[in-house]
Amino acid sequence: MIKEKFDIVVLGGGPGGYVAAIRAAQLGFKTAVIERESLGGICLNWGCIPTKALLRSAEVFHNMKHAADYGLIAENLGFDLDKVVQRSRGIAAQLSGGIAHLMKKNKITVIEGEGKLVKSGHLAVSKDGKKIADVMGDDIILATGARARELPHLKADGKLIWTYRHALVPNVMPKKLLVIGSGAIGIEFASFYNELGAEVTVVEMLDRVLPVEDEEISAFAQKSFKSQGLKIMTSASVTKLDKKKNSVICTVEDSKGKARTIEVDRVIVAIGITGNVENIGLEENGIKIDRGHIVADEWGHTGIKGVHAIGDLTGPPWLAHKASHEGVIVIEKIALDKGSKEIKDLHPIDKGNIPGCTYCRPQVASVGMTEKSARDKGYKVRVGRFPFMGNGKAIALGEAEGLVKTVFDAKTGELLGAHMVGAEVTEMIQGYTIARTLETTEAELMHTVFPHPTLSEMMHESVLDAYGKVIHF
Amino acid sequence: MAIEIFMPALSPTMESGNLVKWLVKEGDAVESGTILAEIETDKATMEYESIDDGTMGKIIVAEGAENVAVGELIAILLEEGEDTSALENISAGKIKAPVEVKAEAVPAVVTTAPAPVAATGDRIFSSPLARRIAAQKGYDITDIKGSGPHGRVIKRDVESHQPSAKTAQAAPSLDGDAPYIEIKLSNMRKTIAKRLTESKQTVPHFYLGIDIELDNLMAARKELNSMSDEYKISVNDFIIRACALALKKVPAANVQFGGDVMRHYDRSDVSVAVAIEGGLVTPVIRGAEQKGLRQISEETKALAKKARDGKLMPEDYTGGSFSISNLGMMGIKQFQAVINPPQASILAVGAGEQRVVVKDGVMTSAMVMSVNLACDHRAIDGAVGAEFLGAIKRFLEHPSTMLL
Repeated sequence: MIKEKFDIVVLGGGPGGYVAAIRAAQLGFKTAVIERESLGGICLNWGCIPTKALLRSAEVFHNMKHAADYGLIAENLGFDLDKVVQRSRGIAAQLSGGIAHLMKKNKITVIEGEGKLVKSGHLAVSKDGKKIADVMGDDIILATGARARELPHLKADGKLIWTYRHALVPNVMPKKLLVIGSGAIGIEFASFYNELGAEVTVVEMLDRVLPVEDEEISAFAQKSFKSQGLKIMTSASVTKLDKKKNSVICTVEDSKGKARTIEVDRVIVAIGITGNVENIGLEENGIKIDRGHIVADEWGHTGIKGVHAIGDLTGPPWLAHKASHEGVIVIEKIALDKGSKEIKDLHPIDKGNIPGCTYCRPQVASVGMTEKSARDKGYKVRVGRFPFMGNGKAIALGEAEGLVKTVFDAKTGELLGAHMVGAEVTEMIQGYTIARTLETTEAELMHTVFPHPTLSEMMHESVLDAYGKVIHF
Repeated sequence: MAIEIFMPALSPTMESGNLVKWLVKEGDAVESGTILAEIETDKATMEYESIDDGTMGKIIVAEGAENVAVGELIAILLEEGEDTSALENISAGKIKAPVEVKAEAVPAVVTTAPAPVAATGDRIFSSPLARRIAAQKGYDITDIKGSGPHGRVIKRDVESHQPSAKTAQAAPSLDGDAPYIEIKLSNMRKTIAKRLTESKQTVPHFYLGIDIELDNLMAARKELNSMSDEYKISVNDFIIRACALALKKVPAANVQFGGDVMRHYDRSDVSVAVAIEGGLVTPVIRGAEQKGLRQISEETKALAKKARDGKLMPEDYTGGSFSISNLGMMGIKQFQAVINPPQASILAVGAGEQRVVVKDGVMTSAMVMSVNLACDHRAIDGAVGAEFLGAIKRFLEHPSTMLL
């Protein structure tokens, strides 16, 4: 039985937890991470990374199918699903191993097991139901993440009804697939399976796909998905899943209550995320939980002395980069409160500057306010748009479908939001995110020289368009 | 064929107007009579009704746009069965100022504010957005403490900045100009300025004053008002009726100077000045000589309410030869008013009050009100004005004669 005291103990080794641990170690704290499964968490093992590996296979396959468009010959096209999945798992394993190395390099103790908060400053760790350690820490960071939300009538069984976890390691290629929910997770899987030839239907409760995105971008993406053969049912909900031997009969109701049934091989439930708040000692210690998430202040403090929470566990946006950033902030705040001279100009995370990316085809990326939310907040806006069709590089790449949209405050020239759909936009959004963080106005964006020929030129043109100075359209 | 909707001329003098608000959006069904937009003219904010049926196809002039010329294309209506492709038939040249905020008052030329330098000569680090907002608020960025990396001044610092002691002390020091703010003139204020300046500069005013005893009128009013709860006649209602009857009795005063003609009116249209937020308007009681006190009272109240709500229509405030301006309720004893062109006279009414009067060589008290008639000498000579004012006095002092 291990019994050890640390300065900082992090519960959960995902992108929030391990980053917090590394930052803590950098600042000289004696640090431990408790992880029940694999370092890197969902992101690295069951989320961001392995899905990107699958989607890359789908993208290459798509390009192979369109080889003739580029003057190339590709015959007898096909894929080996097992190998596609194997590649994805291999990449996850490689990166998880990389995290273990980082822990070692930073002299962070990794304890494998399930941690539970006993009281402020004390976590108990058990493995296979047996207590294996008492870990003490002046400060404890709860970073247990989240998992797929399920509803009583939409419960995954791992065989016919999947969550993202099952959808990442399919044993068969479904011929017909129903995806419930059109957020980033639902749409990425829909995109992947559609590319590999499944007949995919997406059911979305709201009136458009990717409902957190700008309305115009949603509409653009929806049109593109439909042209690729995705069936999309918006303002609809799945009311019943009736499991047969090797298929599921799904009842889908539209907003008027009219029901229809669809028979599919597999169903993916992607109706949202709920925090892993169970069995980690929250209620016992009086930590507040609201709708499946811990209530923490802007510095991640839970209200219990020395107990902090970060990442998905504290609510949306459920994004790895938000968790990592919060991890750094919470550690730096602890250091600052302990009198560290190294920490300066520390501020809570500005949620308006967290970009979001969806890796479907076409890709979608955004940062800041949508046009509608800006108008609803009372801003008078200037809106710029630039279509991929007007960009030389996009046409050369054979990727002429897309749009770059920018929203400015007409009064101050603040870039309120940027919204993109099209090839590689997930790599480009960072440009606008830097602009927002540095608080550039439209003037600096206009004065910036963008290299030619690149897709990024469209970011320039969209800004110019907002001020009536667009060149190539 | 799509129907083009142009900026309407909602009053005879309107040359341009402000598009205050669209009440329909693109895609909305529109029928004849549907209110499309609120338009601020030089006089009032008015509702613009559609005369056609269809669907709003495209809004071309965004709401908030100012000084949109009469006749400018502001929207396109699609007829039944047409889809948006019909919009393409509207020649692009007609569509000016492509929607959105391009119509809003935003400086077109944008320059980057130079990085400021502190008094010590050190560079102040600040974000471009912070510099621009500081400039818009009139703050000196060197006064603002930065909270960004390395003390960089960022947006939130400017937004949370309390103008420093420097600025705060300036006000009580009483040196230089008093602090002020400038507010852009409303269309109403511009019209008041233009017309009353024109009146004082081009209309030769002369003034006639007279005192009017109100005891009989007050008694008649009390009696009338005690007989029913359905109406409440005010002194002003009596004055409107008395003036209307006096205009009839002295038709030479019911005139308008028209350059090389003189216009003689056959009806007594009496305008009443109504103070509203930001200015005043003068709705008109038409044919007031033919209307009883109760009707006058009801119409005046209705027009005053419309005026305060900014909903007067042109027919509510144009025409007439004569206005009444009553500041009696504000305790003003007497004043002189400026004629509201092209009218020929205006009666300035003071407060009714108990005064000492001499009757038959004996001092006694009476309710007395001083009034002052301003006349356009080009239209009304002194004797006519005096006769007119005398007639008003007789009607008011002997209210039963108003029944004749």
